[in-house]
Amino acid sequence: MLLLDREGAKADVWTRVETLDLTADNVIVALAQLRDALAARRPGQHIGAAIDNTERAAALEPFFRELALIVIAFPTGYNGRGLSIARQLRERGFVGALRASGPLVSDQFPHALACGFDEIELPDDSAKRQPVEQWLDAAQRISVTYQRGYSYGAVTNILEQRRAARLAGVGNNV
Amino acid sequence: MYRYDEFDERLVRERVAQFASQVARRIDGSLTDAEFLPLRLKNGLYLQLHSYMLRIAIPYGTLHARQLRQLARIADEYDRGYGHFTTRTNLQFNWSKLKDVPTVLGLLADVEMHCIQTSGNCIRNVTADQFAGVAYDEIEDPRPIAELIRQWSTLHPEFEWLGRKFKIAVSGATHDRAVVKSHDLGVRIVRDAKSGAAGYEILVGGGLGRTPLAAQVLREFLPREDLLAYLEATLRVYNLDGRRDNKYKARIKILVHEIGIEAFRALVEEEFARIDKARVNADPQEQARIAAYFAPPAYQDLPEVSRKLEEAQIRDPELARFVEHNLFRHKRRGYTAVTISLKPIGGTPGDMSSEQMRVVADLAEKYSFDELRVTHAQNLVLPYVRLDDVAEVYAALKAHDLATANVGQITDIIACPGLDYCSLATARSIPIAQALSKHFADPEKQKEIGEVSIKISGCINACGHHHVGNIGILGLEKKGVESYQITIGGDPSETYALGELLGPGLPAEYVPEAIDKVIAVYLAERQQGETFIEAYRRLGLDPFKAAFKEIADVVA
Ligand code: HEM
Ligand code: SF4
Repeated sequence: MLLLDREGAKADVWTRVETLDLTADNVIVALAQLRDALAARRPGQHIGAAIDNTERAAALEPFFRELALIVIAFPTGYNGRGLSIARQLRERGFVGALRASGPLVSDQFPHALACGFDEIELPDDSAKRQPVEQWLDAAQRISVTYQRGYSYGAVTNILEQRRAARLAGVGNNV
Repeated sequence: MYRYDEFDERLVRERVAQFASQVARRIDGSLTDAEFLPLRLKNGLYLQLHSYMLRIAIPYGTLHARQLRQLARIADEYDRGYGHFTTRTNLQFNWSKLKDVPTVLGLLADVEMHCIQTSGNCIRNVTADQFAGVAYDEIEDPRPIAELIRQWSTLHPEFEWLGRKFKIAVSGATHDRAVVKSHDLGVRIVRDAKSGAAGYEILVGGGLGRTPLAAQVLREFLPREDLLAYLEATLRVYNLDGRRDNKYKARIKILVHEIGIEAFRALVEEEFARIDKARVNADPQEQARIAAYFAPPAYQDLPEVSRKLEEAQIRDPELARFVEHNLFRHKRRGYTAVTISLKPIGGTPGDMSSEQMRVVADLAEKYSFDELRVTHAQNLVLPYVRLDDVAEVYAALKAHDLATANVGQITDIIACPGLDYCSLATARSIPIAQALSKHFADPEKQKEIGEVSIKISGCINACGHHHVGNIGILGLEKKGVESYQITIGGDPSETYALGELLGPGLPAEYVPEAIDKVIAVYLAERQQGETFIEAYRRLGLDPFKAAFKEIADVVA
């Protein structure tokens, strides 16, 4: 597994558990165990939840304040359902970290970032072929975007730029 | 017409560079073939039977002369001297080479064109009424919102990886010339009965293919400023809840059909209520900025009737025929919209040579404020021609085999590429169109038959719209031979209907005869002034079926 964010590769401080084993400091549990894990949480311990893309943002909404991380599974790169789940989580106020986990391709990195993901967890087979540099390139390859409300980092929103130009009185109004 | 600003331009250029990088990463092994495939498709590049095919977007069917000239250049330098206009108002080059594609994309970017999202599981090229901005029955020009939707849907980060393709059509007129009901999502400009304000009726869940379904009303009236937020809500519900287990059940129409329009509407409205609209919608000034590009051209004040054209028609009956069939009533006095038929008798529907493209580009510049339209019926339109100039335009078209006077007639046939090009085809469609065109070539006969549409697809995917043809022809394969199923009664307009099957499939050589029988029933039974489709609605399927059976029995 390779974990990366828009700065590059990073160490994974999280431990994913199948059973309710809460020995580590940062533990990712399945949705079914989330309630119990939160109840048993030690002071200073962080809990994350891993969900399939068939789950909905609404299921996690009650736990937003206690959750430090949500991991959304991408069963394949071309199944973009997780993008909408991430967007919903952000719209509904989740401010913790969001991780996309699965065989994405680097060209999808800007989509994931724009929808609210912070990091990508990539299986070894994908990571072997697509080194971190490709992801960093991909994140800034298209420097402008039309969609308002999806901005991140280096990308400029076209509608905001046009609005700013109008306000400054230099709009290219035909 | 819309013109790119620095941002539109930058996005398209960066996209070309991105594609070049994708090709390079495929070649060096960074991307597997399976990973590269959807990236290539989102750039309009298909693998067909004999070659790559490149599909170029013509957003809402609007083109200017310089763009058509550039397409002619690409046809000559990088293809085989012709292009094919499709029912989705795109242009396809059938003989592309992978190594040339980045260069061709660069040439397109030079004239504000691209291939972005002309294929793949994303929001596709937005289509519209070909007479947008000029039609007599228009409530409002749909092109400004078509352009707004084009921009909004371009590289939408959330909706680049949908379960299946997603097609949007817009119409601003009372008559539907954009086949709105066969789209995943339709936007009709309507007036609010109470306030009189213009807003949008939203339709959802239409589609053809193996499960043809008519779009249903999702929202009767949506205020203008909320368009993008509402589209976002609809697409999000689809992205989350649309099926992904079966490619044939992945379109939004299946979701709407399976859960029902009420349940679907509830999901969309709930999502819409939660969206921070101010964060998502385009502000009114942005809508106005786009709309300003579509201001009417500098029309002259002209009389209603052109004496010049009247007199020319008396001298030339062929011109009179052209005027009768290929001109469309304009909102502006003294002007007309001229349809250029890409259906010469015996030709390939929608094909156009580079030489013809240049001729038409010149005509657009000289006679139509530089503008052209592409129609879903695979023809072109000069939208702003003075009636006084029609005879000259006609003469120039005629010199290049572009003056066929058959718009809306039985030889104005829609046909998909079929087995001559397409790797999914089960039968050929072009030769069937050619045979029928020759069979009904006689202009007097065509006039007697009047308005009727034939639409042909080479497989169940229905790219040739056969379900909504007054006469629909579907090419299948039965025990290794091509077999053609015929339906009648389809209607793409506001009186939308899917055609009904006449009987068993026929071998190619019997198709013209079978169509003859169908037409003979109509001619014998019609009442004063009744078109084919009107007569069919009154008579029902039975008399046509009985006539068809005579042929089917001979074959069997
Ligand atoms: C490489 C060539 C092509 C391929 C592989 C292809 C593939 C398909 C497929 C698989 C469908 C069915 C989608 C579904 O039912 O979900 C479809 C539908 C459609 N295609 Fe094509 N097509 C091709 C060329 C064309 C052309 C040339 C046109 C225009 C003439 C076109 C326009 C359409 C339209 C209008 C539909 C039906 C509307 C709908 O339900 O989406 N396609 N195509
Ligand atoms: S209808 Fe079938 S044969 Fe025709 S273009 Fe579409 S996929 Fe190909």
